[in-house]
Amino acid sequence: MSSRDAIFEAIRRNRPAGDFPHPVVPLFDDAPPQDLRPQFIQTLQRMGGKLSEPRNGDPFADLKDMQAQNPGKILSVVPEFQGDTSLEDNTLPADLADVEIGVVRAAFGVAETGSVCFTDRLLKINTLGYLPQHLFVLLDPAKIVFNLHNAYKQPEFREGHYAVFHTGPSATADIEGVLIRGAQGVRSLNVIFMPG
Amino acid sequence: MTEKASGITEPQPRGAVIRGNHPVDQSEAAGRFMAAPIHQKMHDARLWDLRQKRDAEMHIIPEWEDLRQLASDIKQHTLTHLDQYLEQFETNAKVNGIHVHWAKDGQEHNSIVLEILKKHGAKKLIKSKSMLTEECDFRHSMAENGISVIETDLGERIQQLDGEMPSHVVVPAVHKLRSDVAQVFSKTLGTDPDNDDVHYLTEQQRETTRPLILDADAGMTGCNFAVAETGTVVVCTNEGNADLSANTPPLHIVSMGIEKVIPRLDDLPVFVRMLSRSALGSPITQYTSHFRGPRKGGEMHIVLVDNGRTTRLGMEKFWTSLKCIRCGACMNTCPVFRRSGGLSYGATYAGPIGLILDPTFNKHKYRNLPFASTMNGSCTNVCPVKINIHEQIADWRKELASVGEIPFAKKAMMKAAGEILASPKLYRAGLPLANSTLRHLPRFMLYNRLNTWGRGREMPHAPRETFHQWYARNRAGKKKDVSE
Repeated sequence: MSSRDAIFEAIRRNRPAGDFPHPVVPLFDDAPPQDLRPQFIQTLQRMGGKLSEPRNGDPFADLKDMQAQNPGKILSVVPEFQGDTSLEDNTLPADLADVEIGVVRAAFGVAETGSVCFTDRLLKINTLGYLPQHLFVLLDPAKIVFNLHNAYKQPEFREGHYAVFHTGPSATADIEGVLIRGAQGVRSLNVIFMPG
Repeated sequence: MTEKASGITEPQPRGAVIRGNHPVDQSEAAGRFMAAPIHQKMHDARLWDLRQKRDAEMHIIPEWEDLRQLASDIKQHTLTHLDQYLEQFETNAKVNGIHVHWAKDGQEHNSIVLEILKKHGAKKLIKSKSMLTEECDFRHSMAENGISVIETDLGERIQQLDGEMPSHVVVPAVHKLRSDVAQVFSKTLGTDPDNDDVHYLTEQQRETTRPLILDADAGMTGCNFAVAETGTVVVCTNEGNADLSANTPPLHIVSMGIEKVIPRLDDLPVFVRMLSRSALGSPITQYTSHFRGPRKGGEMHIVLVDNGRTTRLGMEKFWTSLKCIRCGACMNTCPVFRRSGGLSYGATYAGPIGLILDPTFNKHKYRNLPFASTMNGSCTNVCPVKINIHEQIADWRKELASVGEIPFAKKAMMKAAGEILASPKLYRAGLPLANSTLRHLPRFMLYNRLNTWGRGREMPHAPRETFHQWYARNRAGKKKDVSE
């Protein structure tokens, strides 16, 4: 008997007695606020993310400041901002290791958790979400959903091969509970509200 | 920060002594942890802080108790229809181009992974944290076969470099002080032994791990949840290391216990909303990643592992322990765990959940563990999937007694106690004497090696008279007035 068959045989033999119906999961979204931005921003900041607001009419002012302070490659995969390096057909995931700043658009945001959702289609190369030192994220404020129940109704989880919630930058508190932003992934995550 | 060294030199207490199949002496190791006050105090405070953060999160979610009930119901439904959902998961994962393997035990898991790596000529594997691979003793098995395995989670990396098991399912190195980490890193990574600044240590690990990630031939992750309806593997982390492990090398291998499957995408938010809130008191992990298939030019494998789970499914009193989502909330709240450290349990799973999981692997070796509990029930109260942990601990004590796995001293005491408690006459006769004795015994007789209860805490004050004596003195004559 193959291991697969043996496991299925044991599951059927050892099935616990009793009737355990599958519950219906409510959306728990009876009274969402009209404007979901304040809650999104508050939770994003609590999780270490930043809201990057326009200065002098320039939505990318913070990004340009960061570029000035941290010289290095900028890889943008959005049409709204021009980086100084681009992806080629033969670019490998590890090749993004020397990118200083990545710029990418989120599919949607989640007010409950301050998360933004990326997919393999939006990231082009998945490591763009992790190997750069800093990430700038374009998010259409009209595309913020109230909670995670609403989030999992979005089509991104049934299409493509990869979807991920980023909630602030990478973080760790593995040594004596001291919180450090910038563990193995990006050191900062900055959200720019921009319809698209 | 000007001061780079904390100046703390208390040596790290090590975990339980493992002697083959000999029963692990948890209280002996706990005693050594309690004898290291700086470690014990930090450990206790850190975990209690997590418990309080969890409470704060719970209070701002009005539907928290509904979510716990839903999570429990979904898990119980899935576990009683496990064949159906595993088949559905396998079918959908294969449709998406994922290779699916089945392993009866840890050894078979390791040989399947080895075979996949060999086929790709892969020698360097990076991985994220997975309790299942701890069950399988995966790293040792790979080392014997010439595969280099690098843990990429900071806490797990510290434990790997120090040759220790993780002491907690979520924070593997929580029992270590920054000075311990500085010593480990200076010996293994060549860092400054006198610098135990946490920012410095974390940065050193990041910078020394990054080249290994870029150079790896294959990546491995665990699996927090698997959605049958879509064939999706969900991984929750904070450091971004699971996504780097899965997305950087061309080969991604997932190790997954068969109990991780849930039916639908609509079920998933119930668990994602509670996992990190229960574990760390944060609304969600920094990264919640959904893998539905290999990326372009890559290959993805899932190894589904039984390793005792189907046997547990058949245990009438213990099958619901399979609902566990490994959040660690029961550990953070447990007074025994907080004071004794996870390594004192000498087993893959520590704390309350360990007390009921470990004996399913080996009743003899882990026969002392179900006694490492005050039975206060706090573990059950915080469990996001409503496992009746403290009741199962009591049931394990009964089970171990029925199969003769009770240590001699405990057996003799319980026999004597049983005879006295079974006879009201003997009990009432003995109680005033016992109370008086307790008041007058010298301390050394109460707080000695035989009274494990008295280690680290004071005995409660013994009353001057029993309730029966008080009743006879105050109420005896009034009995009729009350009842008629």
